[in-house]
Order: sequence, then C-alpha cells, then structure tokens
Amino acid sequence: MTAPTMIEQRDELLAFTNNGGCINCGTCTAVCPLPKENVMLPRHILRLMHLGQREELIARADAIFSCLLCRLCEETCPAGVSIPECVRYLRGFMNRHLHHLEKE
Amino acid sequence: MPLPTAPVLGILADNLRLRGSVMPLSRKKATGWADGLDLPRGGKTVLYTGHLYQLMPSIAALTSKLERFEDSLLNRAMGIGRAVNRKINLSSLMGREDRKVREVCEERLRNIARLVKAAGVNYGYLYEEELYSGALVYDQGLDSTFAEHAAKVAEVFRRNGVETAITVDPHTTHVLRSIFPGIVSDFTLKVRSYLEVLADSPAVPVRPLDLDVAIHDSCVYARGENLVREPRALLERAGARIREPESHGRKTLCCGGPIESLFPARAKAICARRLDELAAAAHHVVAMCPICLMNLEHGAEGRDLTVRDICEPLAESFCGE
Ligand code: SF4
Ligand code: SF4
Repeated sequence: MTAPTMIEQRDELLAFTNNGGCINCGTCTAVCPLPKENVMLPRHILRLMHLGQREELIARADAIFSCLLCRLCEETCPAGVSIPECVRYLRGFMNRHLHHLEKE
Repeated sequence: MPLPTAPVLGILADNLRLRGSVMPLSRKKATGWADGLDLPRGGKTVLYTGHLYQLMPSIAALTSKLERFEDSLLNRAMGIGRAVNRKINLSSLMGREDRKVREVCEERLRNIARLVKAAGVNYGYLYEEELYSGALVYDQGLDSTFAEHAAKVAEVFRRNGVETAITVDPHTTHVLRSIFPGIVSDFTLKVRSYLEVLADSPAVPVRPLDLDVAIHDSCVYARGENLVREPRALLERAGARIREPESHGRKTLCCGGPIESLFPARAKAICARRLDELAAAAHHVVAMCPICLMNLEHGAEGRDLTVRDICEPLAESFCGE
C-alpha cells in the first residue's frame, strides 16, 4: 500500500472532525489545566483540525501528547464535542503518518 | 526539551506486541500479591486486576529515570534504545524498582480482594492467565496495537467462561466496560468496579472510621464512568466525614499523572495545583487510581498531607484489617 498523500491525510482529519459541532467558544481552553503550563490546548488544536492544517498540527505534537485525557473540557463544552477523542485520534494520526509506529 | 515521544511509545507498543505487556511482568510480580489468599482459579466471576497496580513499581522506577533524561542529551539515545529493546527487554533494566513500593501495591490488591469478600461475592482469579488491559496504548492512540491486544484479552475471558469481571482501578474499568464492546465482537462481559460491588452490597463496617477526608476523584471514574457516588457512600457508611475539595465529582481536577512519564515537569506543576486544593479541604486525602496515587504521593512529600488509597481505610473499616 502506498502512503496516503497529504490531501488524503487532510481529508482524513476533516472526515473525523466535521462530525463535531465546535463553535470555537474557548470554554474548553478556559478549564483545561495545560494552558497554565503554556501548552496550547484544546481549542487551538480543534481549530487546526477543522481547517485540515496538517503541518501546523504536526508542529504541535508536543501539545497533543501533553493532553491528560482528563475530559474536563468535554464536560463543559456547550456543543458536546468529544475533545479527548479528537486528541486521541490526532495521536493515532501522528503515530501512523509521522512516527510510523502503526500501519498507515 | 520534552522526551522524544515516538521512541518511548515505540518501546511500549513493541513490548505489548512481543511480550504481552507495556512493561513485561514476571509471573511472580503479576500474581505474587495473591499468595496465601487461596483464591479459587477462574469461575464465572473473577477479580480482574488488569496489572496496573503490579506495573506501578516499574513505572515509578522508569519515570524517575526518565525525569533525569528530560533536558539532557541522553534523551537522544531513546531512538537507539527502542531498536535494542526489540531484542532485549530493556524497560526492566532501565530503572531499579523500590521493593517497598511493590509491597504497598501488592497489599492494596490484597485489601481490594478482602473488600470484595466482605461484600459477600464469591469470585476467582485467573492467576498467570490474566493479561494487561492495554489501557496505556489506547490512550496514546496506538489503535491497531490496542485492538490486537484487546482480542487476546477477550479470548482469555471467553476460554475461562468468565461472565463478570470485578475491576480494581479506573483505567482498566473504563477500557473494559466502555471501549472493548466497540472493538471486540460479541464482547458481553459484565464489568463492575470493586467500589460499585461493595457500595451495592449490605456490607457493614466492623470498625468505624473517625476521620475527616478529602476525596480525589479519578477523572476516568468520574467523567468516563460516572462513578462518583460510590466512594462517598462507602466512606460515609464507614463513619468518615467527607470534606470536598473545590473541584470534585464530575468537575474533578486531574493530578497530572497521565503525562508523568513523557512530560514530568508539566505533570509536577499540575500535581502541585491539585494538592493545594486537596490540602485546603482536609489533611487526609484518598485516591482510587494507582496512577493518581503514585503522582500525588510523590508530590505530597514534604507537605503536611496524608495520601492513601481508598481501599486502605475501607479495608480497616469493613474487614477490620
Ligand atoms: S468548548 Fe466545545 S465548542 Fe467551545 S471551543 Fe471548545 S470544543 Fe469548541
Ligand atoms: S482532556 Fe486534554 S484538552 Fe481536555 S481539559 Fe483535559 S488536558 Fe485539557
């Protein structure tokens, strides 16, 4: 199997996040413990996902792997977005396409 | 500089694929806690440890090693480390575990086993057949590695005719109850945390607890499994007075534990903030997850704060231990 092109990878990101209805309100970032440690989570990351910004996301692998999966953001999100599931998905995306830890 | 994520995750994934666990455990380390308890082998209802408590001494040793790697050139060596680890089990050599930590973890499992007995439930144990749950690789998004492993775990339950698994920690409870059914076909296992089993039982305390206590809710139990009522009901039944920290129940604040291995400095800062909240509520703190416990106990050193596993005061009260 050939590796997916960048466009296919972008489509994969979009296909996953378009199901969520993020309204970009920032409530999640207000409650997340990581911004206090200068880590840009999670609204920023979700926005990049929505925009299919593959390279920008890869540059933020550090933030993506810093998420605690604590679900406090999800608990308070007014739009019911499964934020930790998006983060887990992005980790999988990086593990496949960047770290090559699993099959692409 | 944070630790290099890819090689660290690679080592965990390789270990799970090649050796059945993220950090391989000898038979003695996996099942030694049950020595002398005379638990029957197998049965329709089993106590499933999922190996998290048994892994904690190795994780603690590895974490303190990695903490020294952070901000050092040595962390570049992790890439080579992964290649070597495929041939030799490197993770067990990376840090010498503290015997005392293992004794504490094993005693906690024994407390839980006694509490399930106090609940009047007849159960067995799968001993060396029991497998690690795979929770850590699931969290890291190693989905196909996790799915492969989950099928093996499910097969062990099926082969042994297990219908109900009583779990001992939030991460194992969550993957088994909420994730396995979505990825393993015909997965019908009933999964209950020991806290749910005990809270729903008529067990009565034999020794009352005279204690003001703050509960550190586990994020995974509280928000992932809606398990909030049970620890409170049990401590109150035992006679303790609950003093809630500002963030509690479904609004609980993470202890930082999940990123302790990859980002120790961030984990420490998050832990300190959580400890401040807990300390403002009570001197005695209980937690119910081995990862929270490792992190909070470590962070509480030098503070006027006692952190215990909830199974300890509960066993003192319900089992008279
Ligand atoms: S709280 Fe929900 S809707 Fe608001 S920015 Fe975060 S994910 Fe989007
Ligand atoms: S799950 Fe991740 S993004 Fe959400 S609040 Fe917790 S650490 Fe922040």
